[in-house]
Amino acid sequence: MDAGINQHWRCERDGDNIVWLTLDKKKTSTNTINMEVLEELLTILQSFQSGSQPLGLVIQSAKKNGFIAGADIEQFKTIETHDAAFNLIRQGQLVFNHLAELSFPTVALIHGFCLGGGLELALACRYRITIDDPKTKLGLPEVTLGIHPGWGGTIRLPRLIGGLKAMDLIVSGRIITAKSAYKMGVVDAVVAKRQSLLAVRHYLKNSPKERTLNFVEQISNWSISRRLLGRWIEKKLAAKVNRAHYPAPYIALEHWIEQGVENDAAFMVEAKSITQLMLSETVRNMVRVFDLKDTLKGLGREVSFNPRYVHVIGAGVMGGDIAAWCALKGFYVTLQDKNEKAIANSLSRALALFTKHLKEPHLIMAAKDRLIPDVLGNGVRRAELIIEAVVEKVEIKAAVFAVLAKEARKDALLATNTSTIPLKELSLDLDVQRRLIGLHFFNPVAKMPLVEVITGDETEPSFVDQGMAFVRLIEKLPLPVKSSPGFLVNRILMPYLMESIVLLESGIPDYAIDQAALDFGMPMGPIELADTVGLDVCLYAGESLSRYFGGSIPQKLRTLVEQGHLGRKTGQGFYQYKAGKIIKPKADPNFRVPEDVIDRLILSMINEAVACLREKIVSSPDLLDAGMIFGTGFPPFRGGPMHYVLEQGESLLLQRLNLLAQRHGKRFLADSGWASLAAS
Amino acid sequence: MASKKRAVYLVDGLRTPFLKALARPNPLSAADLAIAAAGPLLARQSFEPEAIEEVIVGCVGPAADEANIARIIALRLGCGHAVPAWTVQRNCASGLQALDSAAAHIMNGDVDLVLAGGTECMSRTPLLYQNALLEWLADFRMSKGFSNRCKSMLKFRLRYLAPVVALLKGLSDSVVNLSMGQTAENLAYQYNISREEMDAFSVQSHQRASAALQEGHLAEITPLFDWHGQVVGSDNGVRENSSVDKLATLKPAFDKPFGRVTAGNSSQITDGAAFLILASESAVKQYDLPVLGRIVDTAWVGLDPTVMGLGPVYAIQKLLSEQKLSLEDIDYWEINEAFATQVLACLKELETGESPLGKIPLDRLNVDGGAIAIGHPVGASGARLVLHLLDILKRNGAKRGVASLCIGGGQGGAMLIERVSGVT
Repeated sequence: MDAGINQHWRCERDGDNIVWLTLDKKKTSTNTINMEVLEELLTILQSFQSGSQPLGLVIQSAKKNGFIAGADIEQFKTIETHDAAFNLIRQGQLVFNHLAELSFPTVALIHGFCLGGGLELALACRYRITIDDPKTKLGLPEVTLGIHPGWGGTIRLPRLIGGLKAMDLIVSGRIITAKSAYKMGVVDAVVAKRQSLLAVRHYLKNSPKERTLNFVEQISNWSISRRLLGRWIEKKLAAKVNRAHYPAPYIALEHWIEQGVENDAAFMVEAKSITQLMLSETVRNMVRVFDLKDTLKGLGREVSFNPRYVHVIGAGVMGGDIAAWCALKGFYVTLQDKNEKAIANSLSRALALFTKHLKEPHLIMAAKDRLIPDVLGNGVRRAELIIEAVVEKVEIKAAVFAVLAKEARKDALLATNTSTIPLKELSLDLDVQRRLIGLHFFNPVAKMPLVEVITGDETEPSFVDQGMAFVRLIEKLPLPVKSSPGFLVNRILMPYLMESIVLLESGIPDYAIDQAALDFGMPMGPIELADTVGLDVCLYAGESLSRYFGGSIPQKLRTLVEQGHLGRKTGQGFYQYKAGKIIKPKADPNFRVPEDVIDRLILSMINEAVACLREKIVSSPDLLDAGMIFGTGFPPFRGGPMHYVLEQGESLLLQRLNLLAQRHGKRFLADSGWASLAAS
Repeated sequence: MASKKRAVYLVDGLRTPFLKALARPNPLSAADLAIAAAGPLLARQSFEPEAIEEVIVGCVGPAADEANIARIIALRLGCGHAVPAWTVQRNCASGLQALDSAAAHIMNGDVDLVLAGGTECMSRTPLLYQNALLEWLADFRMSKGFSNRCKSMLKFRLRYLAPVVALLKGLSDSVVNLSMGQTAENLAYQYNISREEMDAFSVQSHQRASAALQEGHLAEITPLFDWHGQVVGSDNGVRENSSVDKLATLKPAFDKPFGRVTAGNSSQITDGAAFLILASESAVKQYDLPVLGRIVDTAWVGLDPTVMGLGPVYAIQKLLSEQKLSLEDIDYWEINEAFATQVLACLKELETGESPLGKIPLDRLNVDGGAIAIGHPVGASGARLVLHLLDILKRNGAKRGVASLCIGGGQGGAMLIERVSGVT
């Protein structure tokens, strides 16, 4: 074997005549598949036709973090023409088909992540063996990039496990553990690492019968049931994903319904359709979002800050959930609150979180042991990071930091989870100000990936770096933000929420306003969002921001809060809720939504975003876009508010904004930042 | 000889509230209870958990998945792989045994910093299958062929399914065939202690325990969270409004129908954990630890199992004679209230028995109540007595205290502690 020629693959034949093919992609810590990797693999596979046949072939990864993470996104981005895209896809299909047709048995030995193209490669092997470890993750997450699997995944997976389960994985992009992959039939074995070599030899030497579909799985691939099941899956999908914005899962589903899994022509259909998708604007923007995520993930990477003890003060919803998340991610956390019942409630939410994420009883137990209730605040003295999450009142927070100034370690990083108060208002103690950052988590903590890392006027850069590093350690996305009222995300969101209430007051029904936002691609309409956040919280945030930036609070919001209708949590806000579920009012078919509604909502947000850039709240439009996408769910396929401006054309949007100012008042007056936007 | 031994300092301690075992098993296991006490205890120390050199835990009945529970607790506390841990079992004095073993290792110079205490989850003691059922099952499994199987089947008796209550077995002495309650009845008979005396003593225990709570003498308790939204802040067996009249209505629990020992004048079946940190002089200095007191000596004795409740008498006699101290030299006493009659019998024997030492004044004994009110999680009680005695000595500016327990099977243990304000 010409091992020397290969850049990415290592090919060794052992004494048992088993060929070990190890992917160790050059100059990277993560295996991804690009054209070079494919071509090398093809050359190696073709060499078996001439030389002596091996007993079997194993494909594995030399990388610590996993098998293969998927297709190489970098290469993906360089593709501009239809032909280049189609070539890459067909080449992948060709190589994988070649692999699938080898006459001797093949095994994919999988550890860590095995995603997208990685799983498609594994599916082309005769057997799949996974290492039993919580880090082993499998899935076809292509739809999260706006595409669908293109290297045979949409055909081989339903062939293997039946259309029902396969389509669920493909249209949701869900990632599954080794154990559930085994239960679903995606892999043939889950073994402890110590047994993996014995398992590989067993499969290659004995070549056991391959998995066959059970009766239900077989039926699910029949033409008639594909049609019935397909409609049902589509209906479920439509409840979650808007086809107009994200067509990929719908297309994958239709191909399965139309083509089935027996016919090899399905591969060509898959290739043609993904080629179309790859060049679409949506996918470009989704890839951009993927890159933005990578950028945020990389922040603080070079900082060595590895605390063991985290102390959280305040066991409300935010404090309790932050503490639980940190314990989940391996930190020892003391959770302080004078109110024992608040701690008790936090712990019960924490247990639910641990159970959902860890599943194994011994891991759940370990996480519980790391989360230590601390009524008296004893944990303050040893903590390397202290996060304050008490009520949003300057005096109360200031009192907390006065205690910390005395009791905390002198090198401890101090953080506040305030969502609106500028840091300098929290402590007069210079030593505290030097070490004080904001760590602004979003609610619900477990679901929201973003954490704003806020730098105060006096904060020393090394402590900001520690804050970024910590956010990375707890596997969230840090966004560096300057200390200013509302910071970035809430400040931009607030005019949008307030405008939605103004629209409501002007007689436009709530559901119509929300629908307009949903049609734009927001994950939830602003009225329902306000209800979900809590109207008291909205009012408080709105009032404190209007103190700094002007603007008025709609009377309707005040009235509801005065009446105690605080939104979802009290069962009544703008909408009514039953057991936390919204009761949507019936739409009036004759009502016509004024055409400028969506502009009034979105341009409120964008105008504020322009102001934030002008004030350098964040250092770049990219970071601003990242903040709004990961902090509020601003539609990823639109690439973020500033990217939206770029795509729509800045002068066109400015015209529309000026028009709104004429029609609806000075709250729509263009920020002075638009001028420099035009200049750049 | 004593001068060669190194001093042993008690530097900090915490316990869970003691929870009366209700019909339902506690959601927390014995190890969970231990973590609930020792986790917050370690969290407030100036040293890392790995600095602990040994973990010793008293536990009478760990669950089937808690073999060598001390090691489980040590690992779960984050003490690290390198810290050895072992479990001790001396029935009702297991917690005291843990402290004594820890102290001995420090005295010897083997270690400098030890976490020791006890934990017990009596509400989780299991129901067991009878041997008769296991025998039948074995026969059934071994019988081959349909007809043999049918024959085996016919030998099954429904009574085989009656469970064995492990808790009752644990609280009985199989050597003399008496339950612990019956040994207490022996003492009531031998020392002529009336039901009224027992009940009055019990009411006092409840009153003292609730007063201690109200006056804030229970800082040793860290609230216990069940991870399902509930929290308990204090011992829940204490009945503020207990009265002799109410206790008089209870039926005898062990010698029916004429006995005098009732559930009301016995210690409660309880879950809980108590932990202390013990340190040598060098550890105190190295980590700048506060000093609450020191363990001076411990004495252990054996006696007739049918009157095991007198254990404290002989243990105290041995302890005081070894230390050349008289009864009056001891400022405060904690004698575990396994049964009211048993404590009263100890007092009588100490005062007027074969080798009398004198009278322990009631205002120096169990001044904040005892196991009758608070409960007796067997593995943890010894550690609780010492932990609480430290508080009593401190707030009264007193010097010496003795904590003593009777031990099922016919033993007694007593520990002398001394309040010191720093290392000498």
